[in-house]
Amino acid sequence: MTMKASTRQIDGVTVVDLSGRITLGEGSVVLRDVVRDLLAKGNKKILLNLGDVTYIDSSGIGELVSAFTTVRNGGGDLKLLNLTKKVHDLLQITKLYTVFDIKDDEAAAVASFGK
Amino acid sequence: MTAMQVSYTYHSTLESVNQAEEVATRLAVKAGFDEEEAGHISIAVREASVNAVVHGNAYDASRNYTVSFENAGDKLIIAVTDHGRGLDPSALPDPLAPENLLKQSGRGIFLIRAFMDEVRIRSLEPGTEITMIKHVHGPKAGDKEESK
Repeated sequence: MTMKASTRQIDGVTVVDLSGRITLGEGSVVLRDVVRDLLAKGNKKILLNLGDVTYIDSSGIGELVSAFTTVRNGGGDLKLLNLTKKVHDLLQITKLYTVFDIKDDEAAAVASFGK
Repeated sequence: MTAMQVSYTYHSTLESVNQAEEVATRLAVKAGFDEEEAGHISIAVREASVNAVVHGNAYDASRNYTVSFENAGDKLIIAVTDHGRGLDPSALPDPLAPENLLKQSGRGIFLIRAFMDEVRIRSLEPGTEITMIKHVHGPKAGDKEESK
């Protein structure tokens, strides 16, 4: 039920592998803390890998938006990788599909951040 | 399909929201919805339950909320009722408006409307009742209209 997050570095980009549920409560808090921690450490190129996210609710969507705006306001960039159909549909319905930069290939996604 | 009606009363906690969501998924599958539709129903029930706990009963443990399910054969009728502050659906901002697109909250009722065929929001005194209907074989013509 809970969400897990682990990070790895590739060519100056922090890839955050998320799994589980991003919902009101624990999942949203985990995501918020991870992004806040990365920014505090100066990691401003963030790629959220949502491939193993099984469920997301409106609070989780709000947390993704918040992460996006926080990173952008901090002079960085946040992109999404490997959306499941469920998450893809939710972002399309909420018109956020056009807001986020969404990738389905990790190497291309990392390269898209530039040096 | 046998007609069935069942109702659950929950404390105003986030744990109960997960329980309501799980019951919704199980009953939706039992009613004949496929996995994707059952997932949509599950999200709608979750959002209505979160609304009851967070915005309606404001986490007040002394206030319960109720989730009732009626399998009417060709459709599943779900009602989520709280006893807290009322909800004025006409006062809800449009989450798709450019000025609201990057707001963190305000998408719950929108998702309910998107995923269910019929949605009615009724103010009680006190509280709110959100009734959601999903047809087993897709919506009938005109069913996407919302009424108060």
